[in-house]
Amino acid sequence: MEITEFDSHTQIPGTTLFDGKMAMKGYALNKMCFSFNAAEAREEYLADPEAYHDKFKLNEEQKQACRDKNVLALIAAGGNIYYLAKFAGIYKLGVQDIGAQQTGMSVEAFKEKLMRQGD
Amino acid sequence: MAKIIGGITTSHIPAVGNAIANESFVDPYWKPFFDGYPPIREWLHDQKPDIVINIYNDHGLGFFLDQMPTFAIGAAHEYINEDEGWGIPKLDPFPGAPELSWHIIEGMVADEFDITSCQELAVDHGFTVPMQLFWPGAPHNPEMPRAIPISANTVQHPIPTLKRALNFGKALGKAIRSYPEDIKVVVLGTGGMSHQLDGERAGHINREFDEMCMEKIVTAPEELTKISRHELVRQAGTQGTEFLMWMMMRGALSEKVTPLHKNYHIPISNTGAGTMLLECID
Ligand SMILES: [Fe+2]
Repeated sequence: MEITEFDSHTQIPGTTLFDGKMAMKGYALNKMCFSFNAAEAREEYLADPEAYHDKFKLNEEQKQACRDKNVLALIAAGGNIYYLAKFAGIYKLGVQDIGAQQTGMSVEAFKEKLMRQGD
Repeated sequence: MAKIIGGITTSHIPAVGNAIANESFVDPYWKPFFDGYPPIREWLHDQKPDIVINIYNDHGLGFFLDQMPTFAIGAAHEYINEDEGWGIPKLDPFPGAPELSWHIIEGMVADEFDITSCQELAVDHGFTVPMQLFWPGAPHNPEMPRAIPISANTVQHPIPTLKRALNFGKALGKAIRSYPEDIKVVVLGTGGMSHQLDGERAGHINREFDEMCMEKIVTAPEELTKISRHELVRQAGTQGTEFLMWMMMRGALSEKVTPLHKNYHIPISNTGAGTMLLECID
């Protein structure tokens, strides 16, 4: 078994494996995002995001990534995409919106890219 | 004795739940996907299984990172569905089959698979979308069997190996077949196929790899166990690891199976969507 299998900084370009290292780093952020399963939590967040960040003890990197709604920065700060999807949902951003943002494409161009892979 | 009549695979993309709610079945985007389901529904209508084992992966509804089971088996009288964060109307509870659940848990732990038993489990789209696809109107379709959800961790590495997933399925199959009641059981493997939601590689889909998997899983699932988890991520994308559920399903079936139906379509949402119906040979 190769040791690289346990390294989140893999050689797969544009990919971060969410492993123990990232899980440790992102726990507070992911816990906050997990809370967004509840509609009341989503409302509470939108009413005062900064207070909600503090409630879950986010670090500054995580807070800034949330303020910027920057998915790559959220991932770098330890965010796991399954939980981040709930954060994105608060702002009505779907998986194509966040795909477009991460790849630096327009949403239309990103959808086009998906369609082309079916050819 | 209980009998496993076959296995079915399907992707379980959340957008499908919306498309079902909007009845977008003949919409040009959705038609090639939904066309893959009527032959499977007919087979289910003819076979009328008593129990469905629904192997899926939770996406952050039933489990969080505080306690993350690698393999979890539902042992509840019913399974509730809840808001996953997007405010989609929740479905009514799905009836369970706890006596069989506990039989499976006993059998698998005796077989040295250390699993987590769940007497309460909220099931997400990974479980509900396939139920709705195969039994329209679920959970209120009268032909919908009682369900046992089994969830494997693909949220956080280390995830199980493909070999472990296949062997899990074999132990599951053995446990089911040793149940003394004459019931018919169908096993679902849901999720996949290739897709990646996160990172600069978001939007990655791999038709060639998916098609290879769909072929090998019928005739030579053991060969697929040679794929490392790292390689699975490279080929199928970070969320393409959901293919593990297909391996678990396959392990529970007879060694030889008859592939009765197959459909593959790119893209549904960000995903290569694959559907298969494999009938067990006695
Ligand atoms: Fe999934």
